[in-house]
Amino acid sequence: MNRNLAYVSMAVAINAALAVSNISMAQDNPVNALKPASAFQAIADENQRSVALFEEAGKVIQHPRCVNCHPATDRPLQSMSMHVHQPPVTRGEAGMGVPGMMCSTCHGPENVKVVGQAETIKSIPGNGNWHLAPIEMAWEGKSLGQICSQIKDPQRNGGKTLDQIVEHMAHDDLVGWGWQPGEGREPVPGTQAEFGELIRAWVETGAACPS
Amino acid sequence: MTFNALTTTRRSFLAGAGLVIGFTLAPKVFSASALEGVQAGGDKSLSQINAFIKIGTDDTVTVLSKHIEFGQGPFTGLSTIVAEELDADWSQMRAVHSPADDKIYGNLAFGLQGTGGSTSIANSYDQLRKAGATARALLVAAAAAEWGVPAAEITVEKGRIKHAGSGKESGFGAFADKAATQTPPAEPKLKDPKDFVLIGQELPKLDTVSKTNGTAVFTLDITADNMLYAVVAHPDHFGATVKSVDDAAARKIPGVLDVKTIPQGVAVYAENTFSALKGRDALTVEWDLSKAETRSSDQLTADFAKLFGTDGHEAANTGDVEKSFGGNGVQTLEADIVFPFLAHAPMEPLDAVFIKAADGSVDVFNGAQFPTMDKKVTAQVLGLDPEKVRVNTQLAGGSFGRKAQFGSPYIAEAAAVFAATDGKRPMKHMWTREDDIRGGFYRPMYMHRMRGAIDANGNVVGWDQTIVGQSIMAKADLDETSVEGAANLPYVIPNLRVISHNVSLAVPPLWWRSVGHTHTGFAVETFMDELLQKVGKDPVEGRLALLSKEPRHMETLKKVAEMADWGSAVPEGRQRGVAVVKSFGTYVAQIVEVSTGDDGAPRVHKVWCAVDCGVAINPNVIKAQMEGGIGYGVGAVLFDAVTLGQGGKIVQSNFHDYRSLRINEMPAVEVAIIPSSEKPTGVGEPGVPPVGPAIANAWRRLGHGAVRRLPIVSIGSV
Amino acid sequence: MITFKLNGQERTFDGDPDTPLLWVLRDFEKLTGTKYGCGIAQCGACTVHLDGSTRRSCITPISTVDGSEVITIEGIEGKEAEAVRKAWIAIDVPQCGYCQSGQIMSAVSLLQLTPKPTDEDIDGAMAGNICRCATYHRIRQAIHNAADTMEG
Repeated sequence: MNRNLAYVSMAVAINAALAVSNISMAQDNPVNALKPASAFQAIADENQRSVALFEEAGKVIQHPRCVNCHPATDRPLQSMSMHVHQPPVTRGEAGMGVPGMMCSTCHGPENVKVVGQAETIKSIPGNGNWHLAPIEMAWEGKSLGQICSQIKDPQRNGGKTLDQIVEHMAHDDLVGWGWQPGEGREPVPGTQAEFGELIRAWVETGAACPS
Repeated sequence: MTFNALTTTRRSFLAGAGLVIGFTLAPKVFSASALEGVQAGGDKSLSQINAFIKIGTDDTVTVLSKHIEFGQGPFTGLSTIVAEELDADWSQMRAVHSPADDKIYGNLAFGLQGTGGSTSIANSYDQLRKAGATARALLVAAAAAEWGVPAAEITVEKGRIKHAGSGKESGFGAFADKAATQTPPAEPKLKDPKDFVLIGQELPKLDTVSKTNGTAVFTLDITADNMLYAVVAHPDHFGATVKSVDDAAARKIPGVLDVKTIPQGVAVYAENTFSALKGRDALTVEWDLSKAETRSSDQLTADFAKLFGTDGHEAANTGDVEKSFGGNGVQTLEADIVFPFLAHAPMEPLDAVFIKAADGSVDVFNGAQFPTMDKKVTAQVLGLDPEKVRVNTQLAGGSFGRKAQFGSPYIAEAAAVFAATDGKRPMKHMWTREDDIRGGFYRPMYMHRMRGAIDANGNVVGWDQTIVGQSIMAKADLDETSVEGAANLPYVIPNLRVISHNVSLAVPPLWWRSVGHTHTGFAVETFMDELLQKVGKDPVEGRLALLSKEPRHMETLKKVAEMADWGSAVPEGRQRGVAVVKSFGTYVAQIVEVSTGDDGAPRVHKVWCAVDCGVAINPNVIKAQMEGGIGYGVGAVLFDAVTLGQGGKIVQSNFHDYRSLRINEMPAVEVAIIPSSEKPTGVGEPGVPPVGPAIANAWRRLGHGAVRRLPIVSIGSV
Repeated sequence: MITFKLNGQERTFDGDPDTPLLWVLRDFEKLTGTKYGCGIAQCGACTVHLDGSTRRSCITPISTVDGSEVITIEGIEGKEAEAVRKAWIAIDVPQCGYCQSGQIMSAVSLLQLTPKPTDEDIDGAMAGNICRCATYHRIRQAIHNAADTMEG
């Protein structure tokens, strides 16, 4: 059985389930949707347009699904309330946990549906590359403007060019987890493709940052 | 009484005089090796010397423990007592659970067979010394007869029977059978405690090795061929019952065999655990809430508070409390303290295995804290004569009180699940962690209203305490367990009044490690600390001045102050708190050192602990129980609460929202045992009560205000 | 059909691929040293080694174990395992004992990667393993003791 296919079909089923629960889905709640990059064409000033594009992308970037693994300390966060991860795990040298309790001790290659257990824990999130963002990429507690500057700064973005940033945001599999976070978790708004387009348009308009 | 048990020789045993061990019909599903270790009473091939001791031809001595081993060390403690009087070598000692029988294996503190109240050593001490001494006398008599020498010339040491004159020497095994046929002495000679060689030593625990390699067998580990696995869907409101069930989806899950409604919920039977869980998830159950508790914890707190000032049950009333509050220059202090429901959350959730034998009798395998109660209830539910039910007590993954239940409601559920089958297949019933956290039988919610009066000279002259909460013993009048530690306040205060109000809730209550002392210890020790602070008195000196009638409290408190070098400089940013609580006859004083952690929660760095539990049978076990009790208490006071949300729905469900203490939160612990020749008292519970108030006292001195509601750290939404 | 190596032996499983490794071990392989405690990776009682690293078997679908190597408490060997067991026994770490398989699996993994752990290293490795008896004080001591005995 192809696990990825199984996963996609599971995600579809989950989305259907979520739609009837209190957790709103992108398509039926504008708060959880992303405006397409084209929607910003009306802003004549390129600098202002760039800022507006990044602010729209910020709905993803500052969503708990993303910030939780860009913590400002050695401890990741959890859930929409962004409380400290339980059990208490630490980032370790490579952001993948510490000997004896690596991220992979609990987080497998894919989300795992939890069966017959806590109603508040419907799945354990997973991804083959599950890890914490390095400390210099911390987003927790920062303004969108600060995060923006950080994303552009090769000293603090893993040495990436802006084109590489676009590629990362648009196609990285772990980034993409935010839209497929597993049952019981609110996904980040929009789609990864829409998000990628926003970042591309932001770069193309000069990658201006909100103040 | 145990006299018959002690004098039961093999002959009378075989003749059927009062003692039946083991299976009448071993279920075919077990291989002989699988049976060993799980079958109550242990290996049948061993010679039964008396009700508590079996000896093998390989020289092993097996002690039949009437108390369940779930971590507090009775296997080791009881075996130590036997080995001491038997003059056995520690390496030859083994322990197994005894069968269920009130007459032979009753707890001498309660009457029925049961473990709890930290009584295992205390109630067994004399009994097992006598059992050991009797067995020794029988071995000596057997050797004397065999060797043709006077018994008086025979010595026993470290498991070797010797006759110096003839040079003869033997282990116990060679005389095991013969010993069992000797006539026991009417009054066996007991050792003078000064001659003890094993009691008081740090002997290695008997159950450690099997707990480091995965071979220790707990109830959940018992498997039988063709076994059914069953789980039950429970309501998330207390007092709710099944209104309707749609099990169509559940029955389609591969491996699910059947679904049945039982009084406690909806049972799903499957070929394996995961299918059962999946099947339970697929059920749609509508619950009838008409008799359920629908108030939230906040509403309960408000309702409890309404009882203050109304007529309650008087637990203590000396002097004239009202007058003491009105004297000239009297300062007063008042506080309401709210305690939450607490789940025990033992690591092994409740579980049981049922196997029906060919003759219709049933073997139950479970962590039986009240084995005879479990037996009776199983028989009732299955419609059997109690003699047709054999309870085989298993090692249990903790309990902390959870498995000691009058009327055995857990076993009643498990038996009902089994009763709903045709009984042809063995069955394992298991609770998940959610069933456990939401299963009730909590340490009840309590609310204490404290009033204290201090006269112009700074002396505490009035103490007025009102306690509102459920009666654990389901009493209509005063429940001693609600007021223990308060009504018998150790401090000398001339005007003392303690009033108790019982409330009735649909949330079933139960004792929780240290019972009433879990809340009275906290209320008394934090409030006393505040009163002393109010008049500028030192927490240790101030307590000592009020403990003049309690020398063992005083000695324990002085000892802990000495250990912690009380009064010496404390590292920057830290404060110390102290508390002393006597519970279950054991005196424990603790000093904690606390700072404010990075997350704003208390960080408990160190706990010094002094304990007086009479004769220390095994200092290693006593220290372990103090360490464990401290950890259990720290976790509860910092993190734990089961709360009822709006409409009475239980909020918490698993360890993510009912937090357990973890290793990074565990303080360093230093334990000192006060030397004593008093009779031994228990240690399983007494380590718990002082640590909570000691932490709260340090926390208050750190400037965080007095703790008026537990836990100290509230968990946000998750 | 899922194939994996269990304590050095080739095993197969052809039941529900969603079945957590925990229940495959316990119900099908009858290896009951690995315990159920929470089912949501909060308590660590179910810890095994999967391809050489600690893994909570309760949230590991057997389908993800295909082609992997699983070591349980019954099969763990090597100098770290030996040192840990000896150290556990020497100071009587276990009380009820139910969580100890998981504790030992985590401790062995820690020592395999960090032969001389600090208290902080121990917290990092062991904070995912709950012990309701709170034997933590002795677990910490036993890990230090095991590290000391491995030095020679």
